Amino acid sequence: MASFQEIVFKLKEYWAARGAIIQEPYDVEVGAGTMCPETFLRVLGPNPYRVAYVQPSRRPADGRYGDNPNRLYKHSQLQVILKPAPDDVIEQYLGSLEAIGIDLRAHDIKFEEDNWEAPTLGAWGIGWQVMLDGLEITQFTYFQQCGGIDLDVVPAELTYGLERLTAFLQMKDSVYDIDWTTGFTYRDVRYLDELQYSVYNFEMADIATLWKLFDLHEGEAARLLKLYDPKAADKRRFPLLAAYDQVLKCSNIFNTLDARGAISVTERVGVIQRVRKIAVGVAERWADQQLPTAAAEVAR
Amino acid sequence: MSLPFLLEIGTEEIPDWMIPTALENLRLLFEKLEIPHDSVALDATPRRLVLRAEGLPAKQADSEERVLGPAKSAPPQAVAGFARKQGVAPEALAIETTPKGEYYSFRKKVTGRAIKDILAEALPGLILQIYFPKTMYWTGKGGPRFIRPIRWIVALLGEEIVPFELAGVRSGALTAGHRRLGAGEIAVTTADFERRLRDHYVILSAEERRKKIQQDLAGVRIKPDNALLETLVYLTEFPTPITGSFDAEFLELPEEVLITVMRHHQKYFSVEDAKGKLAPRFVAVMNIPSDPEGFVRRGNERVLRARFNDARFFWETDQKKKLADRVADLAHVTFQAKLGSYMAKTARTQALVKELGGNAHAVRAAELAKCDLTTELVKEFTELQGVVGGLYARAQGEPPEVWQAIYDQYKPESMEDSIPRNGTAQIVALADKVDTLRGCFGVGLIPTGSRDPFALRRAAQGVVKILVEGKIEIPLDGLIGGNADLKAFFEDRVKFYFKDIRGFQYDEVNAAMAAGWSNLVDLEARLTRIQNLRSSPDFEPLAASFKRIRNILEQAAYTTGAFTPSLLEAGPEKDLYEEFIHHAGQPIEGAISKLRPKIDLFFDKVLVNAPDERIRQNRLAMLSQLREEFSRVADFSEIVTNT
Repeated sequence: MASFQEIVFKLKEYWAARGAIIQEPYDVEVGAGTMCPETFLRVLGPNPYRVAYVQPSRRPADGRYGDNPNRLYKHSQLQVILKPAPDDVIEQYLGSLEAIGIDLRAHDIKFEEDNWEAPTLGAWGIGWQVMLDGLEITQFTYFQQCGGIDLDVVPAELTYGLERLTAFLQMKDSVYDIDWTTGFTYRDVRYLDELQYSVYNFEMADIATLWKLFDLHEGEAARLLKLYDPKAADKRRFPLLAAYDQVLKCSNIFNTLDARGAISVTERVGVIQRVRKIAVGVAERWADQQLPTAAAEVAR
Repeated sequence: MSLPFLLEIGTEEIPDWMIPTALENLRLLFEKLEIPHDSVALDATPRRLVLRAEGLPAKQADSEERVLGPAKSAPPQAVAGFARKQGVAPEALAIETTPKGEYYSFRKKVTGRAIKDILAEALPGLILQIYFPKTMYWTGKGGPRFIRPIRWIVALLGEEIVPFELAGVRSGALTAGHRRLGAGEIAVTTADFERRLRDHYVILSAEERRKKIQQDLAGVRIKPDNALLETLVYLTEFPTPITGSFDAEFLELPEEVLITVMRHHQKYFSVEDAKGKLAPRFVAVMNIPSDPEGFVRRGNERVLRARFNDARFFWETDQKKKLADRVADLAHVTFQAKLGSYMAKTARTQALVKELGGNAHAVRAAELAKCDLTTELVKEFTELQGVVGGLYARAQGEPPEVWQAIYDQYKPESMEDSIPRNGTAQIVALADKVDTLRGCFGVGLIPTGSRDPFALRRAAQGVVKILVEGKIEIPLDGLIGGNADLKAFFEDRVKFYFKDIRGFQYDEVNAAMAAGWSNLVDLEARLTRIQNLRSSPDFEPLAASFKRIRNILEQAAYTTGAFTPSLLEAGPEKDLYEEFIHHAGQPIEGAISKLRPKIDLFFDKVLVNAPDERIRQNRLAMLSQLREEFSRVADFSEIVTNT
């Protein structure tokens, strides 16, 4: 029986063999693998890209103090971006499930309509949730728009829920009981993360401080965005990646404030708009920043 | 020669609910090509839309086209030029007489085109024209849009491939089987297509898939659910139901919650025991033929167990804070930015319930109605709002009338749904909807076209249905208040209800509503009377006479005037008046057969536009009174007659 980490290894190998760059997780807190620059920025523009990485994804509101067997503050997504989406992308995806030992002739797999949308990122796509014996194991999306920009090339995004997939394969009712590797369960590795972040997010996070941090990160992003000059000869030097980190910080603080119950429904819409504004701002400038490079490559 | 035609559009998985409409659309688009054929059949699975037609010709019939040349009077050079252009000698031209004069003309033979060519030309555009509610692009910006990527196309006319290319896919004679149990490339002909698919675990016919599910389920007592059955029929290519079970201790949770988890979240049928009670079993429908090892069953059981555990956790957590203690929390739940929180809405609804004569139970229900929005269970299962509040209220000891009114507050959720179960619940549901409508219209949130984010149409339709079917004689005018937009909105809803839901004729509805539509119970009664009257042979002629009266009054711009009986002429005029007085205040049913001949005779013999101004005004006054008297049930001049 494959352990959690063996499943990760096999999936990475599988996608590496199909030409994907294997990246490590991004080192800023994110709510989903989609938010990493490796997805959010790379899907923009005409250049092909193929990448796979495991991204710990933080959802403060989903924390359950380590009590709920299926809900996690921080779960692990395997994020795969195939840009452009190959014609046989679904076949390739099904092959990845077989690679981790799922016999699809003996299991029930269904593609159920589920169009993905992330308002804070100005991003949406068309796709499915992939159901395996009634369990949602993957979100499969053809990106249509990102950062408010219609995409030139349509990428396929595959997001595997690794804990669920492992629990399925190991036939465990609780993610805490899955074997991370021989001798260590998921509980051994992650229980304290779940407990302590639940305490922080729900009970101890200081609301005033978080708002202050939100304003600071937002301000820094906005400041940088204003300084970007699309006509500058050396515009490739401009630190849009650093500006984007500030967006990610804002997004995570927003999620924490939300979990803390500090954002009313009315305010919510406004705060989402604030994050969206800087996210879209980065995306627009990033698309522009890529242009000369793309042109040069075509010429070569 | 008569040929079969096969078109299969092979795609990635199409959303189940869009498929039947897309097929109908495909049929219409094909008919529009006007290619002669004997029959058309449409089929689909999630991965293919298929059109098969029989009896197509190989070639269009030859035809003749008339080409008009210069006028007969034109110089010979012009005539010769025209003939040259048509490739004939001038002698071959004919002279034709047209409304504009005489012209040279030529009958050109047009050879019919090969149907294969016509199809090859038309099909790419036709396929992309199939309507889907939401489409995507996949080959890149500016590329074709379809519901999901097109991966293969089979297009055969007889033995031959109809050649074309769409989104980089070339049409051919290769189909694909079931994703994992069939081959990826299967050569087919129009004759063996369906059988070949079957060999590769694809049941092409939806009807057959439906039957298979039903037959496999014979002996299992499932809660009938046609909508779910249709979903599963179009979510699978080779459906096979399996029965799983869950721990009976979950049956302590409310049935509504269990069924919602099974139905909406897992697409399972729920199972009943011999007494019709929910059994600890479920039916899932797989997209493979069997589950010999029990993998699929166990997997689904595990998922359901996790979901039920979640639901139980929420159910128990929510109980720790009573609904009544959650009213203040509603201050933090926004109803609509300009209309404030749900706490404000609750206060308004409570006041309205009192105003409408609701009892203490109704007022209490209105107070607690929205509290379930703050519970974990509703946050998880939003479709259970109201129901969950009702269940909590019951568990927390609220009287039946109170919890039932909370439970039913969103009813009717569609025109097929029933109205709230009793008077108390009806008043609460009514007040909630009316408050939403007044509020939204008050701040200019008026639905336009398909944009109706607050579901105001459904709310207004619900108000109409509750008033009529609950026999509640609260004047709609009062509920609407003074908002003209809301009044117009309701007028449409009332019309829609009686016409499309209740099946009254549109002119009957117009006629009855012209006599007032504030009291909907009364309106319904009048409509029923009109419907019954309509079978009387005197009805339509009488209606025609009322239309005549209306026209006369309108032409004369008649508004009001004194009526002097002594000015009436003996004969048809006086006879009509006496008949009219005799029936005044009586139901029209008894009057119409008596009245009709008198009116007919009056119009036959009497000139309304009498030269004497006094007489003329007097006649108009009588007709006006007559019309008024008999228009209390309906304005009969609105009835569309064939006479």
